[in-house]
Amino acid sequence: MALYNEKVMDHFRNPRNVGALEDANGVGESGNAVCGDIMKVYLKIEDGIVKDVGFETFGCGSAIASSSMATELIKGKPVEEALELSNKAVVEALEGLPLRKVHCSILAEEAIKAALEDYYRKQGLPIPQKILDYKPAVEEDH
Amino acid sequence: MKIYADNAATTRMSRRAIEAMIPYMEEVYGNPSSLYSIGQEAKDALESARETVAGCLGCSPGEIIFTSGGSEADNQALFSAASAGERKGKKHIISTAFEHHAVLHALKRLEKEGFEITLLDVSGSGVVSPKQVEEAIRPDTCLVTIMYANNEIGTIQPIAEIGRICREKGVTFHTDAVQAVGHVNINVKDENIDMLSLSAHKFHGPKGVGALYCRKGIPLLNLIEGGAQEGGKRGGTENVPGIMGLAAAMQEACDKIDESAAHITPLRDRLIEGLERIPHSILNGDCKKRLPGNVNFCFEAIEGESLLLLLDDKGISASSGSACTSGSLHASHVLLALGRAVEIAHGSLRLSIAEDITQEQVDYMIKAVDEVVAYLRSISPVWRDLQEGKREFILK
Ligand SMILES: Cc1ncc(COP(=O)(O)O)c(C=O)c1O
Repeated sequence: MALYNEKVMDHFRNPRNVGALEDANGVGESGNAVCGDIMKVYLKIEDGIVKDVGFETFGCGSAIASSSMATELIKGKPVEEALELSNKAVVEALEGLPLRKVHCSILAEEAIKAALEDYYRKQGLPIPQKILDYKPAVEEDH
Repeated sequence: MKIYADNAATTRMSRRAIEAMIPYMEEVYGNPSSLYSIGQEAKDALESARETVAGCLGCSPGEIIFTSGGSEADNQALFSAASAGERKGKKHIISTAFEHHAVLHALKRLEKEGFEITLLDVSGSGVVSPKQVEEAIRPDTCLVTIMYANNEIGTIQPIAEIGRICREKGVTFHTDAVQAVGHVNINVKDENIDMLSLSAHKFHGPKGVGALYCRKGIPLLNLIEGGAQEGGKRGGTENVPGIMGLAAAMQEACDKIDESAAHITPLRDRLIEGLERIPHSILNGDCKKRLPGNVNFCFEAIEGESLLLLLDDKGISASSGSACTSGSLHASHVLLALGRAVEIAHGSLRLSIAEDITQEQVDYMIKAVDEVVAYLRSISPVWRDLQEGKREFILK
């Protein structure tokens, strides 16, 4: 059996939304180079809608696929929905990740939350409780 | 183009090795311990294989025992020497920080049992100096175990000099030569080696079979209790077909060792030169004191697993010391021992080439790696930070 399923490989080989957005109004990052994964998410939010989204990722196959899928899931959605995106939804949309790669989906959720927080801060809006309360799910071995 | 460039992980079996095995499955399938003719024929074959292996290493057949592979040979060597040392009240062992886990984990166990372990520093070139060994030897040192060639970065250690020092000081010297046998010339007598581990699948033989050379007079401890096979030092009916494959592959590899090296080494150097042209990259390990087929690089701001997956898409089978490819989520202990920063160790690539490599394949690999590294950097936030001066390059 291959390391990843076809869906994951598709998002790894042909990542959607890859690249920085010049006119982003919310930027967030998660992970660190020592662990071997960093994700950076760029959001362009207009009228409460995620009009555009981009990402840059340093990491393994599942990290790139998770960034691609997570950004796909919030693109065109109201900010409130983007706020609700969970790592579980990313794993489900990818039709599963190997157990020890689930942390990559957590990083994707974290990066999106961080980008949303940056957006609220820049707009001078109160940070939603959802973000203030957010604690990334515990990763096994990092 | 399909290129298998992971010969340090395992090799394709040679036709001669396969053919050497078949008769011992189909016709001469007797148990070497049986007295009737097909048993005795198997026994004769086994002993001729032992002679072949001994001939390649420069020892006598009685000094070779067959094992299930390199890991078992390493374990038996270490536990035997430790046990012999303990009987004399000597409980200090010297090794290096970048041994294979078969050695490092056995040492961990010995440490728990009260042995003191000194791991020599290999930072920089990935080559330990004989002087380091000499200075580390103490009156209570019972064993020096240093690999002949490293499995990740391919660096070759000054085994003959270390052997001479150990012999002078009366310390047992074991070398894990799993990566070296069949690739570099070895003579255990000339190099004063007391114990040596080898594994068939690293030189175009079958998997799951290896051997331990143990100099006459060095006591061995059984890992496997059982019948009187292998001089009573390893119970269990011998893997006759596997051993025949091992001997045939070893003879073949040793016969053309210089010819193979003469073909592979310049292509290895071409590959190294090509990859060195990629900015912010570095060769891991000494550029000359290395196995003819080993190339190991780190590339800044990328991660090894994605590199391997994209190379696989281009038909290249390679390996990496990245945490994500290790199964343990830890970066390679070898690259860390070399002194590489963790984030750099994640971006490593090992290409290990064999006799069938061509210049066309080397040039294809250089191009493929260059393209994949450039692509992964183009989507890497670390690379952006480096470009924008928000982060300092580690590899200049
Ligand atoms: C240096 C070294 N030692 C030991 C081993 C273990 O050999 P085997 O796979 O035959 O147990 C290997 C192979 O992975 C190796 O490269």
